[in-house]
Amino acid sequence: MELDLDEVLSATANRSAIERRAATLGGRRSVKKEWQAAWLLRALTCIDLTTLAGDDTEGRVRRLCAKARNPVRRDILAALGMADREIRTAAVCVYHRYVETAVDALRGTPLPVAAVSTGFPHGLSPVETRLAEIEASVAAGAREIDIVITRRHVLVGDWEALYNEVRAFKAACGDAHMKCILATGELGTLRNVARASMVCMMAGSDFIKTSTGKESVNATLPVGLVMARAIRRYGERTGFRVGFKPAGGIRTAKDSLLWLILMREELGVEWTRSHLFRFGASSLLADIERQLEHRVTGRYSAFNRHSLA
Amino acid sequence: MSDVSEIFDSMEYGPAPEDSGIAREWIAGRPDGFGVFIDGAWRTPEDAGRFDTFEPASGQVLTRLTQSGRAEVEAAVGAARGALPRWRGLSGHERARFLYALARGIQKHARLFSVLETLDNGKPIRESRDIDIPLVARHFYHHAGWAQLSGSGELADHEPVGVVGQIIPWNFPLLMLAWKVAPALAAGNTVVLKPAEFTSLTALLFADLCLEVGLPNGVFNVVTGDGETGAALVAHPGVDKIAFTGSTEVGRLIREATAGSGKRLSLELGGKSPFVVFDDADLDSVVEGVVDAIWFNQGQVCCAGSRILVQEGAAATLVDRLRARMEKLRVGDPLDKATDMGAIVAPVQLDRIREMVEEGRREGAEVWQPSWGIPEEGWFYPPTLCTGLHPDARLAREEVFGPVVVLHTFRTPAEAIQMANDTRYGLAASIWTENVNQALHIAPAIKAGTVWVNCTNRFDAASGFGGYRESGFGREGGLEGLWEYLRPIRTAPSGAGEGGERAGRDLPTTGATLETPAPSPPGGTARPQDASPAGADPDGGGIDVTAKLYIGGRQARPDGGYTLLVRGPEGGGVGEVARGNRKDARNAVEAARKAAGPWAARTAHNRAQVLFYLAENLSQASAEFEARLRDLGTDGRGAAAEVQASVRRLFTYAAWADKFDGRVHATPFRNVTLAMNEPLGVVTVVSPETPALLGAISSLAPLLCAGNAVIGVLPGAAGHIAGPLYRLLDGSDVPGGVVNLLTGLDDELRPTLADHDGVDGFWYFGSAGGGADVERRSIGNMKRTWTRSAPGPGWLTGEAGEGEAFLREATQVKNIWIPYGE
Repeated sequence: MELDLDEVLSATANRSAIERRAATLGGRRSVKKEWQAAWLLRALTCIDLTTLAGDDTEGRVRRLCAKARNPVRRDILAALGMADREIRTAAVCVYHRYVETAVDALRGTPLPVAAVSTGFPHGLSPVETRLAEIEASVAAGAREIDIVITRRHVLVGDWEALYNEVRAFKAACGDAHMKCILATGELGTLRNVARASMVCMMAGSDFIKTSTGKESVNATLPVGLVMARAIRRYGERTGFRVGFKPAGGIRTAKDSLLWLILMREELGVEWTRSHLFRFGASSLLADIERQLEHRVTGRYSAFNRHSLA
Repeated sequence: MSDVSEIFDSMEYGPAPEDSGIAREWIAGRPDGFGVFIDGAWRTPEDAGRFDTFEPASGQVLTRLTQSGRAEVEAAVGAARGALPRWRGLSGHERARFLYALARGIQKHARLFSVLETLDNGKPIRESRDIDIPLVARHFYHHAGWAQLSGSGELADHEPVGVVGQIIPWNFPLLMLAWKVAPALAAGNTVVLKPAEFTSLTALLFADLCLEVGLPNGVFNVVTGDGETGAALVAHPGVDKIAFTGSTEVGRLIREATAGSGKRLSLELGGKSPFVVFDDADLDSVVEGVVDAIWFNQGQVCCAGSRILVQEGAAATLVDRLRARMEKLRVGDPLDKATDMGAIVAPVQLDRIREMVEEGRREGAEVWQPSWGIPEEGWFYPPTLCTGLHPDARLAREEVFGPVVVLHTFRTPAEAIQMANDTRYGLAASIWTENVNQALHIAPAIKAGTVWVNCTNRFDAASGFGGYRESGFGREGGLEGLWEYLRPIRTAPSGAGEGGERAGRDLPTTGATLETPAPSPPGGTARPQDASPAGADPDGGGIDVTAKLYIGGRQARPDGGYTLLVRGPEGGGVGEVARGNRKDARNAVEAARKAAGPWAARTAHNRAQVLFYLAENLSQASAEFEARLRDLGTDGRGAAAEVQASVRRLFTYAAWADKFDGRVHATPFRNVTLAMNEPLGVVTVVSPETPALLGAISSLAPLLCAGNAVIGVLPGAAGHIAGPLYRLLDGSDVPGGVVNLLTGLDDELRPTLADHDGVDGFWYFGSAGGGADVERRSIGNMKRTWTRSAPGPGWLTGEAGEGEAFLREATQVKNIWIPYGE
C-alpha cells in the first residue's frame, strides 16, 4: 500500500504497560505434557536454522542443512507418535556466500534457503550494492531474503525514505519472500518500533523481523508484542497477513513456548505456523531436542545425545 | 501420547493443573474441622455452632468452621488485651524480628498458601501465586521495617492504639489479612481477626504459621464466623480500634455501632472506579489494562475499574478490540495454570451478578459476552461488557463485584473529570493517555484514594490504599497507613481536662452561658428587654450592633430571625449571638462548596500568605478580642495569652502550608508513586466553647492550611467572638465562602451539618454526646469525622492543640502511580 503517514504517526506504544503484559504472559498460559511436546515440535518447525558467523565454511553449512532436514532423532519422533509427520525446520539461513552450498545440501526437500542481505548486519553499504546483493542471492537460489533497514531513517523520522528503501528491496526480491529486519535494539524506543513496523509492512514486507542477532539487545518479548500488534493493526486495515520473526537470543525451549503463546494470544493460532512465524535461532533446536527426549523417557536429557547442528 | 500429532495441528492449550494435594492434606489434618485460634492455641468451643465452607470451583464442601459467638469473641479480646503490655513493651527491633519471621514463613510456604487460597476462594492460581501471596510477604517485610523504626523519627512520641478488631473480606483473604495485621503488629497493637466466612482457611493457616514462628500468645487471634461474629467484635468494649474492609453497607453499620464509643475506625469500602481512556492512549495496552482492571479476581475487587469512560472518537475501536480480547479469555478451573478467570466465591454473589446484568439489559444495555460457554459445575460467570447504558442505571452506578464492566463515552477532559466523579464512591481510578500533561491534570482532579496512570490494580506495602467519599477512610500501606495504628503519647498538663481520642469527657467552662430568650412574635427578633450589650461593638461607642452569621463572605442575618443572649459568669448580659438554624447551615455548606475548589487550587504559598495576614490582623485587633474573652469570664492575663497563642497558631499553620508535603513512595517497579496530601473538601468544625478564640483558630487554621473550605460553628457563648472574627476574615483576604461562621446552639446546628451529604468531613470538639451524634449521623455519605474532647487549657500547648496530627485529619492521601519509560 501507499505510505499512510497518519497511520504511522498514530502508532503508539506504552512501554510500561507493554512490559507488564510481556512479564505476565508466561504466568497466564502453560502447556504441559503432550501439549508441551506438540508445541515444542511446532516451535521447531518454525526455526530458521541459522549460521551467520565469520568462521562459517561449506562444511559447517552442510552440517547445518543436514540437521535442518532431520532435526530430531527418529526414535524420539516415533515415541511421540510423529514418525509419519514431516518434521523439519522452516528454513536454513546463511550469508550470500553460502546460498549455493545450502541450496545444494537441501536439494530434494521443500526446505528453502534464506539469505541475509543488504549489507547485513548494519545496512550501510551503497544502495546499488545492497540491491545487487539481493538479486545475486535470489539468482543463487535463495527463496527468502532477510533484509536490514537503514536505522537512520527511523531515528530521524524520515519515514518516506524508509518506505522507499524497503519498496526498492521488495522489488529486487521479485518472487522471493522478504523478511524485513528492523534491528529493534538500535531503534531507541518501542514507539519507533511500532512506527517502523508499520512503514515496512506498507512497503511490502512479507515478514517483519526483530533483529540481526548482532545488536546488543535482540528479540525481547516487549518488542515482539509491539510488532505483533502492528501486524494485527495492519491486517485490520489491509486484510494482509504479515509474518513475524523474532531473532537473536532465543535459546531455550521455554523461551520458544513463550513466543508461541504470545503469537497465539495476540495474533491467533495461524501465527504459530511457519508461513507466518519463524524463529531466527541456532542453539534453540538443541534445547528443544532435549526436552522432547525428556518427554519420551521421563529422564532429563543431555546435549551429547543429539546430533550437532 | 498419540494425540501429540493432533495438538501439533490444532495448537490448543491442554490442562495444566496445579497439584492441590498438600493443601487438601492440610485441611484433612483437622478431620473435625477448625476451631478458633485464641491466645496461641486452637480451641474447639463445644457449644458454638459450625458451618461448612465450600470450594467455589466445584461447589463441594471443603471443611467445617466454627461460628464464633460472644464467648469466643470475649476470650479472643481478653487474650489480645492480656498480650498487649508485653507486645507493645518489646523494642521495635524485637517486633521487627517477628514480622520478618512471618514474611519468611509466608515465602517458605508460599505454594501452600497460594493453592489453599485458590481452593477456598476460587481465584486463579496465577493470581494467588503471582500476586496475592508475594504481596502478603512484601507487606510483612515492609512492616518489619516499620517495627524496626517505631519509636524513632516521625514515629517518636507515638504509641499503639491497643487491641484492634479486624474484619476482612473474601476477595483477597490472606492479602487483606496482611494489609491489616502487618501494620497493627508492627506498631505494637494486638489483633483479633475475623476473616470472611466464605474464605477463612488461609487465616487459619496463618495462625499455624504464628505458632511456627513463636509469635507470643494472644498477639494474633482468629475468630471465624459470619456477620454476627463481626458485630460482636465491633461491639466489644475491650476493642480500641476497628479496621474493616468490605461493603459500604456493612461499613455504615459499623460506623453506627461504634459511634460514641471512642473506638478508632478505618473503613475500606466499595467502589465503582472509573477507567478513563483518552483517544491518544495505546489502545492495545488499554485493552490489557481492562483485563487487569475488571477480569482480575473475577471482578471481585473493590477497586475494580468497572466504569470505562472512553473519549468518543476512540470508543468504537476500543469496543472492537475488547470484544476480540474477551474471546481469548479462559474461564474455568482456578487451579489450572492457564485459567484467566476462576469461580465466583459463592452462589449468593453469582445471583447478584446475574440479577444486576439482567436489570441492565432491561434498562437498555447492550450486553456482550464471549461466544464460548462457562463450566456448568461450580459457580462461574463470563466476562461481560455492557455498552449503551444510560448513566443513571443501577448497573452503571452500583458496585457489581463481578466481571462486568460498563462503558460510556466522553468528549473533553473536563467532561471526563465530571463523569469520573459522578459517583458516591472514591476508591480508585485509572487514566490512560500518552500525554503527561493530560495525565497529571486529570489525576488530582479525580476524587479517589488511588489513581493509576497507564496501569491499574497495582498495589504495594509502601503505598497507602484507601478511599475518598463513601469508599471509606483511613489508609492501608505506607506511612499513611501506619498512622491508623498509632496515637500520639500526650502528657497532660496538670489540671487540664486532657482528652485522649475518646470523646468521653465534658469540657471545663469559663462560666459564660447562652440564654434562650422568651419566644417573641414570629419573624421578630427575640431581644430581651434587659439586654445591655456593653462591649458588644468594636468601638465601644454604644451604637447598637446586630449579631450576624458569616456565610459566603457576607455577614448574614440568621434565617430564623432569632438572637440569643450571652450572659457573662456574673450573670449579666454581655452580648448577643445570632441563632443559626437549619437553613443557615444549608446556606453555609452551599457557600463552602462553591469556594472549596478554588481555595484548594490556590498555591500553598498563597494560602500561607492569607494565614499570615490573618495573624497580623488578629494581632492588630487583639484589644477587641481580649475584651470579648473577658466578657466570657477569662481573666485579663488569660485573655491576652489566648490572643497571643492564637496569633502564634496562625503563624504555625501559615508555616506549614507549603511544608506539609506529600511523599514519593518507593514501590518496587519503575514508576513514581506520588502520595499527595489533598484536602477533604468541605469540613464542618464545631470548635470548643472554651477557649473560644484559641479553640476556633486551632481548628480552623489547619483546615484552611490544607485547602479545605470550612463551616465553623462557634457554639454557645463562644459565638460572642463571631463579630470580631468575621470582621477579621473580611479584612484578611480570605475568599468568600472559604470560612463560614455559624453561631447558636450546637444541638440545633449539628444534626443538619452532620447529616449533610455535601459535607466531607466533620471535626467535633464538644460534648461526648454530641460527638457520638456526629459519628452516628455521618453514615449518610460516610463523611470522615474527628471527635475528641477538647484539650481544654491543653490547647495552649503545641503538642495538644496543634501539629501534624491536625493536618493529617485535615487531609486525605491520594496515591498516584505513574510508570515511566519510552
